Amino acid sequence: MQWEIVIGLEVHAQLSTQSKIFSGASIAYGAMPNTQACLVDLALPGVLPVLNRGAVERAIKFGLAIGAKINSPSIFARKNYFYPDLPKGYQISQYELPIVEGGDIRIQMGETEKQIRLTRAHLEEDAGKSLHEDFHSMSGIDLNRAGTPLLEIVSEPDMRSSTEAVAYAKTLHSLVRWIGICDGNMQEGSFRCDANVSVRPRGSETLGTRCEIKNLNSFRFLEKAIEFEAERQIEILEDGGCVRQETRLFDANKGETRTMRSKEDANDYRYFPDPDLLPVEIASDWIAQLQKTLPELPQTRRARYVSEFGLSAYDASVLTGSRELSDYFEATVKLLPAQAKLCANWIMGEISARLNKTDMDVVACPVAPETLAVLLSRIDDGTISGKAAKTVFDSLWQGEMEQQVDAIIDAKGLKQITDDSAIEQQIDDVLAANTQLVTDFRSGKEKAFNALVGQVMKATKGKANPAQVNAMLKKRLSD
Amino acid sequence: MTLSIDDVKQIADLAYIKVDEDEAKAALAKLSDIFKLIETMQAVDTTGVTPMSHAQDLVQRLREDRVNESDQRELYQSIAPQVEAGLYLVPKVIE
Repeated sequence: MQWEIVIGLEVHAQLSTQSKIFSGASIAYGAMPNTQACLVDLALPGVLPVLNRGAVERAIKFGLAIGAKINSPSIFARKNYFYPDLPKGYQISQYELPIVEGGDIRIQMGETEKQIRLTRAHLEEDAGKSLHEDFHSMSGIDLNRAGTPLLEIVSEPDMRSSTEAVAYAKTLHSLVRWIGICDGNMQEGSFRCDANVSVRPRGSETLGTRCEIKNLNSFRFLEKAIEFEAERQIEILEDGGCVRQETRLFDANKGETRTMRSKEDANDYRYFPDPDLLPVEIASDWIAQLQKTLPELPQTRRARYVSEFGLSAYDASVLTGSRELSDYFEATVKLLPAQAKLCANWIMGEISARLNKTDMDVVACPVAPETLAVLLSRIDDGTISGKAAKTVFDSLWQGEMEQQVDAIIDAKGLKQITDDSAIEQQIDDVLAANTQLVTDFRSGKEKAFNALVGQVMKATKGKANPAQVNAMLKKRLSD
Repeated sequence: MTLSIDDVKQIADLAYIKVDEDEAKAALAKLSDIFKLIETMQAVDTTGVTPMSHAQDLVQRLREDRVNESDQRELYQSIAPQVEAGLYLVPKVIE
């Protein structure tokens, strides 16, 4: 039987505020245990939460960026469960009237675009951290993370493969960084994914029983976990069994998922509106004001790159992979508007490869967009070949000769020979020295022609323009 | 809706509260009274009435995003039953 995988993702994005969602304690990463846990975070009796405007603003910005509805009023609810790193005995989250409802994210799969609908995005607080080792059968609790603002972004089950799920997660990751609401640091847990995975016979309209895989903190784990989980479910169904609805954990070392808790022991969270917090009213002029602070969005830029510069949808999506990369492209193409494709190729090729190799961010790129534009304009005006440009690029990357493109071209003798008479001379010499090749060519051996071009290129030490040599040689031999 | 003694025990279990049989029975009686009250209220026709999420007709005040809490770990931990290496120690619970 042909199976179809159905995936929905829940992403927890940590909001890039200074202070916590309901208290004035810092959320800076890496502090000594409990030095950033104040009375509200510790849940001492008599304290009250006061909502952080910065967290609400970031949630609204997200909603605007995905074309969602911003709910006003929006209300907070208590999600009740018992765990030592949650000292109140409940997490303040949202249930009814989440701040953001609906909207969608467009993912690029090759040259085609796919829409992934979002169900909702709601604000909530993070819990603390439990350390179970080394404390003589006790657990150590660090509440620095308690109260850290999170935006939980829930998608509809619109993804059909691990590749689509990863593309969605990456697009979302890029978007939250683009609009400056989350730093996206996955190692530090600022962007965590849970995946809901089910399978069904291809063509079926009903959803299969799903399993939720918790806490996937890298795109690779997300992909691996979904693939393993789908395989596992298909095997059960093909053996005539039933998938049990449960929460599972991904074991990165073994590359497999295992049961965390089944539906029977699932928590009944007993949500109810938090009486400590009043409904949040979001005025339309506040929304309008935030709309103005949003930068040009990746999807808008993608469309513009296709319509304005004639780039392929795929190229446009790569270039808008991050705001920094896109800004780099913008700065380059501004100086060479007629050569957008050349700029795109170099940025996606040489620049990206070099940045990856040296594990460097594009903002730290040693070759500035202005310098790259000068280099590319020298290819464009025929001064140097694309191959020679790579040599110049090496020098620029090393910071040689104060990154003066023309000085480097001169010093390395990389200027192309474009003077017809100089090339004509070389052609004469090559033809005289290779009479056999000429005879071969005239008797119909096409390969002999390429060999002759190669000889001329060799004679000019690669400095002639190959296209020009080609044309001139063709003309000579047809005379 | 009627509440059973098992429901009471399940709720107690979720809340990590130990109840013996007598306490469970007493809680069942009290909770059942509350459910009766809810039933009475649910009989009221609320068509067209916006659900109320808070008893007071006020709007949430927001604070500016500023850090105004300093490190007072030592003070806070002075009343904790057990601490070690800056951590609060609690009986082990592993889910």
